[in-house]
Amino acid sequence: MTKTAVKHIVKINTEMCKGCGLCVAYCPKKVLKESEHLNKAGYHYAEPGDMDQCTGCLICTLVCPEVVIEVYDE
Amino acid sequence: MKLKNPWPKYYKKDVVTHYCPGCGHGIVHRIVAEVLEELDLGKRAICVNPAGCAVLAYLYFDFDVIESAHGRGTAIATGVKRSRPDLFVFTYQGDGDLSAIGTAETIHSANRGENICVIFINNAVYGMTGGQLAPTTLLEMKTTTTPLGRDPKYDGYPLHITDVVAQFPGVVYAERVAVDGPAGIRKTKKAITTAFQTQVDGLGYSIIEVLSPCPTNWKLSPVDSFKWVTDVMMKEFPTGVLTDKRKKV
Repeated sequence: MTKTAVKHIVKINTEMCKGCGLCVAYCPKKVLKESEHLNKAGYHYAEPGDMDQCTGCLICTLVCPEVVIEVYDE
Repeated sequence: MKLKNPWPKYYKKDVVTHYCPGCGHGIVHRIVAEVLEELDLGKRAICVNPAGCAVLAYLYFDFDVIESAHGRGTAIATGVKRSRPDLFVFTYQGDGDLSAIGTAETIHSANRGENICVIFINNAVYGMTGGQLAPTTLLEMKTTTTPLGRDPKYDGYPLHITDVVAQFPGVVYAERVAVDGPAGIRKTKKAITTAFQTQVDGLGYSIIEVLSPCPTNWKLSPVDSFKWVTDVMMKEFPTGVLTDKRKKV
């Protein structure tokens, strides 16, 4: 196998996140999770978990109403 | 590192919207900004805003926006488009604005076949004022003014305004889509692209009805309200193309 899997990085602007949980619910690989901590607005913001599972499908950016998620190819 | 989802050019960056968590407006705003960028219309686009939750959309859109009196969006859009046919004009209205107080303007602008686009956000309640009964409220749905559910004897039946205007010969394209998950959001973007292209080609009036979640007034979580759109709302308002007269024109 010469094909190397591309790794992805998910960056979430946690201060702008409203904690609606849509990205967490719709992530096909369940990479994203709800944080235990609160941001300044008092929401449990979303944060990336096990990034090895991420396929870079961009569904989280599609359902995010606040446009706070950025996905990078490494 | 390469960014896979660049920021939409015509959407203001680092502005927190006033919408509730999980609101469909944020998603549709982003889609509008993306489509304007893809069709290269941002520099000559004019959006007409409603009274309703989207009244402050000019704070988020990075192109020209006109604020209209309650319900009069399509009348204002008519004036702008007739005086400046080179501009790209569309309205962004909610169900209280378009199908309640603005019914006359909506129906007559559609009947005249004005060359404008209408984006109609249908969330089945008056969102901004606190979840009162709207013309589009579903039967037996509880709102703050119908605490026992909508009773057709007293409150009438849900108004299908897009089906009404789709019958007019002047309406070239009418489609109903739903923000109810990744697939629905992709279809919404496709529908809005088709509607915008219809105006660019000079074919005439197009209307896109978007069934949009309102978690706060439906008293559901954002994820449950997405499911409610699919399970309950889409039974009353089936999605799909309602009319497509683009080839016949």
